[in-house]
Amino acid sequence: MNNAAEPLVLEYAVEGMDFARAGDAASAIRKACVKLGLTANDVRRVAVIAYEAELNIVIHAWKGTLRALIFSGRVELVAEDSGPGIPDIEQAMVEGFSTAPHHVREMGFGAGMGLNNIQRHADHLTIESAENVGTVLRAVVILGTS
Amino acid sequence: MNRYFHSVTLDADKCKGCTNCIKHCPTEAIRVRDGKAVIKEERCIDCGECIRICPNHAKVAVTDDLELLTRFRHTIALPAPAFMGQFGPDALPDRILGALLSLGFDEVFEVALAAEAVTYAFRRVIDSGRARRPPISAACPAVVRLLQVRFPSLLEHLIRVESPMELAARMAKRQATAGGAFRPAEVGAFFITPCPAKVTAIKQPVGTHTSSVDGAISLVAAYGEVRKLLDSGSSLPLRATGPGLGWGRAGGEAMAVGSGTLLSVDGIHSVIKVLEEVERGRLEEIDFIEAQACVGGCIGGPLVVQNPFVARVRLRNLANRYWESQSVFSEAQLDQEYTQGLWNMVRPIGPRPVMRLDDDVQRAIDKMKLVEETLEQLPGLDCGSCGAPSCRALAEDIARQDAADTDCIFILRERVQELAEGVVDLASKLPPAIRAGQKKDGEPE
Repeated sequence: MNNAAEPLVLEYAVEGMDFARAGDAASAIRKACVKLGLTANDVRRVAVIAYEAELNIVIHAWKGTLRALIFSGRVELVAEDSGPGIPDIEQAMVEGFSTAPHHVREMGFGAGMGLNNIQRHADHLTIESAENVGTVLRAVVILGTS
Repeated sequence: MNRYFHSVTLDADKCKGCTNCIKHCPTEAIRVRDGKAVIKEERCIDCGECIRICPNHAKVAVTDDLELLTRFRHTIALPAPAFMGQFGPDALPDRILGALLSLGFDEVFEVALAAEAVTYAFRRVIDSGRARRPPISAACPAVVRLLQVRFPSLLEHLIRVESPMELAARMAKRQATAGGAFRPAEVGAFFITPCPAKVTAIKQPVGTHTSSVDGAISLVAAYGEVRKLLDSGSSLPLRATGPGLGWGRAGGEAMAVGSGTLLSVDGIHSVIKVLEEVERGRLEEIDFIEAQACVGGCIGGPLVVQNPFVARVRLRNLANRYWESQSVFSEAQLDQEYTQGLWNMVRPIGPRPVMRLDDDVQRAIDKMKLVEETLEQLPGLDCGSCGAPSCRALAEDIARQDAADTDCIFILRERVQELAEGVVDLASKLPPAIRAGQKKDGEPE
């Protein structure tokens, strides 16, 4: 039977450069949050982080997964990809810093705001990355905080 | 009074229990039960998608009858801008408005006039730079209700100015009662509506406590009567100008507002996509969002007569012809009324969390786990035979204990097969005594 301490886990595969489906995983996670009765503000925070994390995989990585672990007091979003990795995470966190290719920027993505946006909306954020292996991003939203 | 008023209702006699409507509802508010569609009242936003899609015309919009006019000493018609786009080029606007008088109204106040005032208010809100970006028009009541149900975090983006319909009623009544000619209770204002959402906005308003509009006459009904009376000789000069008239079609609000980065989106499913973008904080460069539930805007409403694409070009021509006309409002008057806050919504618009699985987050999480488990057992065809719009919706209904897994015909068939196989299996098993006897009989000597 369901164990209350076990989170609800929603997991979605995300493909690099698949802009046609970019945002679908974040949409599904957002929808679940609405159905779980999260507050408007919590829904928005989760939606923003999930979308930016998903887009990061689409833009930069080869492929990956986006997972939402939903507990009654917090939501953990884990974006795990295999890809080029982030050589300098500190630099990547600088507002406006972007390594997105030109054609991606032309689509209106990759303005170098993604990680900032995630940081702004998360209560905790950790990023682990290995060059040419991939990146694991974990963002935690404590429910009910602003 | 019922907790919920809905204009959109079911004509059970006409409903065949097909699955067209359930699959088009943006809030998954419809199920088929006992061969008939059932609307979950708390979820319905009266957008009218089901009215449009129903092949049997079993979904209807409840509107008011023209007989309601007899209850008032002085009656005012409030034609929606979309109404003017229903007629051909030979029907002059003055004649259309005149025909409304012949129909029995004592006065006509064009909603397009109030749309000019609302446009002014939008402009002021945008220019103030104080609005939550991007500000969203609250003119379409179905969009407002969609926000309450599915995008509660965006409610603070709504521009808290009443709709042109509501303002038109207030302005018209103020004029009619000025000087004591009539007491407020003697004046009745009737909106000629292209959609059910407006009817609900009158009967159960969200931004105000009581609507100043006393009734909603279906545009279809009014059109038929007005057509017959076009040659009645009655004529009333059109007072609205192009920007207000243009509100009847998608893009009209933005066009009236004029300059800036203005986004217009129409069709409820497209609106949802844009709202998702807004929530992600991706559209902060936008100065204003006009969002209309119906494709084409109000001329695409479920209660219109004319093909919306034809109505669009007619309304555009009409708006162009009167674009530069002199407005009845002076800049000073608009400024004064806006500054006094006369047009503001007075009631907060709160979320309506009707989509949630449970009031308690932990219990909702447990139910959602059950949904995900159930979903793996379901075929994923979204066939609708169970009466729910999708396998996921059925799984949620099961978690809410509103449905059973055997409502799925594929699971039911599987169970029947298992049972049948079990019966066959059992049939071959006989007690030893009989088995022995049978063996004797059956065995060749």
